[in-house]
Amino acid sequence: MSDKVIRVENLGKKYVLSHQQQERYTTLRDSIAKNAKNILGSVRKQKSKSSNNKEEFWALDNVSFEIKQGDRVGIIGRNGAGKSTLLKILSRITEPTRGRISINGRVASLLEVGTGFHPELTGRENIYLNGAILGMGKTEIKRKFDEIVAFAEIEKFLDTPVKRYSSGMYVRLAFAVAAHLEPEILIVDEVLAVGDAQFQKKCLGKMEDVGKEGRTVIFVSHNMGVVQTLCTRGIFLKQGTVYADDTASNVVSIYLQTLENTESQNLLERTERRGRGLIRLAAISVSTGDEYASNTLATGRPARFTFHLTGVRPKLACVFTLYNQYGQAIINFNSTVQSSEDLTNIELKNTLICELDELGLKPGRYRMNVAIMSDGELQDHIEGATVIEVEEGVLRGRPVISNVEYGNVCMHHRWVLPI
Amino acid sequence: MNRRNVAPKQGLIIEAGRAERQYWQDLWRYRELFYFLAWRDILVRYKQTVIGMAWALIRPFLTMIVFSVVFGSLAKLPSEGVPYPILVFSAMLPWQFFANSLSECSNSLITNANLLSKVYFPRLIVPTSAVVVSFVDFMISGMILLGLMAWYNFVPTWRILTLPLFIAIAFAASMGVGLWLASLNVKYRDFRYIVPFIVQFGLYISPVGFSSSVVPENWRFIYSLNPMVGVIDGFRWAILGSESKLYLPGFILSLGLVVLLFISGIWYFRKMERTFADVI
Repeated sequence: MSDKVIRVENLGKKYVLSHQQQERYTTLRDSIAKNAKNILGSVRKQKSKSSNNKEEFWALDNVSFEIKQGDRVGIIGRNGAGKSTLLKILSRITEPTRGRISINGRVASLLEVGTGFHPELTGRENIYLNGAILGMGKTEIKRKFDEIVAFAEIEKFLDTPVKRYSSGMYVRLAFAVAAHLEPEILIVDEVLAVGDAQFQKKCLGKMEDVGKEGRTVIFVSHNMGVVQTLCTRGIFLKQGTVYADDTASNVVSIYLQTLENTESQNLLERTERRGRGLIRLAAISVSTGDEYASNTLATGRPARFTFHLTGVRPKLACVFTLYNQYGQAIINFNSTVQSSEDLTNIELKNTLICELDELGLKPGRYRMNVAIMSDGELQDHIEGATVIEVEEGVLRGRPVISNVEYGNVCMHHRWVLPI
Repeated sequence: MNRRNVAPKQGLIIEAGRAERQYWQDLWRYRELFYFLAWRDILVRYKQTVIGMAWALIRPFLTMIVFSVVFGSLAKLPSEGVPYPILVFSAMLPWQFFANSLSECSNSLITNANLLSKVYFPRLIVPTSAVVVSFVDFMISGMILLGLMAWYNFVPTWRILTLPLFIAIAFAASMGVGLWLASLNVKYRDFRYIVPFIVQFGLYISPVGFSSSVVPENWRFIYSLNPMVGVIDGFRWAILGSESKLYLPGFILSLGLVVLLFISGIWYFRKMERTFADVI
């Protein structure tokens, strides 16, 4: 037998989008009416009307890859690139429209934490129920019961209905059950976005163990740092096709590069955004220097971020976060947390400005996510709105070297040495 | 670590239109899930209620009293020579089973939508375990029948031994109709409103409150187009003993319809199943 556990050939999944319908589900009346319309339409030899308001959409198109025993594969890509669809097909929740997958071994998929938990049941009951849903037998669950409880750290609350659990306890219990599945192939969709830092670490450790035991892990995440530490291989999906398939770190850097390419386009043309949209972020400009004349930032120099909006609304606020090349958040600026140094200036009209006197970032490239709010309501949110470049500089007389492997920030400091 | 419960390592092929090749095998592999889902529904059902399981007894008991008074004492319909409450209750049992299964079954996929869209298992398990839950209620309210028999000193004949056969028919009828409604309900939520109507309506057009012998002889064959007529007549035949006669042509017609519904229900469910996760 070969050591290939998963083999995907020319996989495709088509969804039919109907533009006219706004209801979430079809009603009988609609489909009768539509059929009648189609019959009438064909009698009149017209082009079927339904083709106008229906659009085919290939969530996955011609995807092929192979996964070997013991591979830890990270699947990355932007929202809507087909990652979740791929996982759903691999875990047999939906059928592919075409193509073929062969799988050797027992698959367990964790697309959501706590699937099938029932709020009225106690922790103990839910362990059995959830285990059974994930494919464990009763004896198997019994055998691992104590281990699961210990991992989740909920001994005291075993006989409390989970509806009275804190969200942290709930998530811990859910992950604990899933983590003890012992499948040959584990499929995980971003479940680590939950729980506190310590528990996330525990989850990651558990997943690493699973990988080390020679089992295969397929992992979808937006956290590039996690993908790089956890995975040996990466698959980058772009618009339903495999764009890159290589080692995890190579694929991550390819992914981040393509992110930057889209970042150069006009912000108003961006379609991937959230919020009510009464006002939008139109442009971001970055400047430095004593008169803010230059637009390349450097370590230790003043920096000014200017956000241009499409209009003015009451109580405007801006939150932005800078991410490093691994996709990890470095620093967050939030105008709703006020200081006595904050100013207002009516002449600014539709721009917001954030100024800092000395930039404490090491040289490198940083990606920025921006959220614009008015009256406490999210108006616009853009991921990767821009990329800022920071050049080498001097922080209060001390040169800052670009050794990003030792972190991304620098601070003004002094040494006291014996000689 | 030993892995006794893990299926032997074998190839699985996922392909368009053929993803459920090993469906029946999977159904067997996931057999414990039947038990767990039914167990969950039973546990949850009477949580935070004061009298708990007693609800399973009270509802059929009260309906039985009302029917006995209305049809037996007021309308004075014939009782096939047995106490009227026993006549009513021997039909109430399969009817309640059927009605409960129908409502539970048709909603089962919707209420478990989060499961369907996140985990794989043979979907047939969900509506089936809904029927199993109704079957537990059936067994509980069966105790009322025993109580009635003791109260009226009614001794059943040997025919009571054939009851499991009729229970199986009732099961098939509930499954058949339930599967149809469950899969239609996923796509057309109209059935949320149709099902209570069927249940309410069916109570009066099925021979629950009266014996089907009151139906004029030349209409009986057509009356048996309602599959529950055959089921209920069968129950009465088995429980009431020698006084009750089975109208054979009608029974065979009902039985045929039950088989047809059962098979077509499974067929339709299997056909619709692969799109559940996308549609629900």
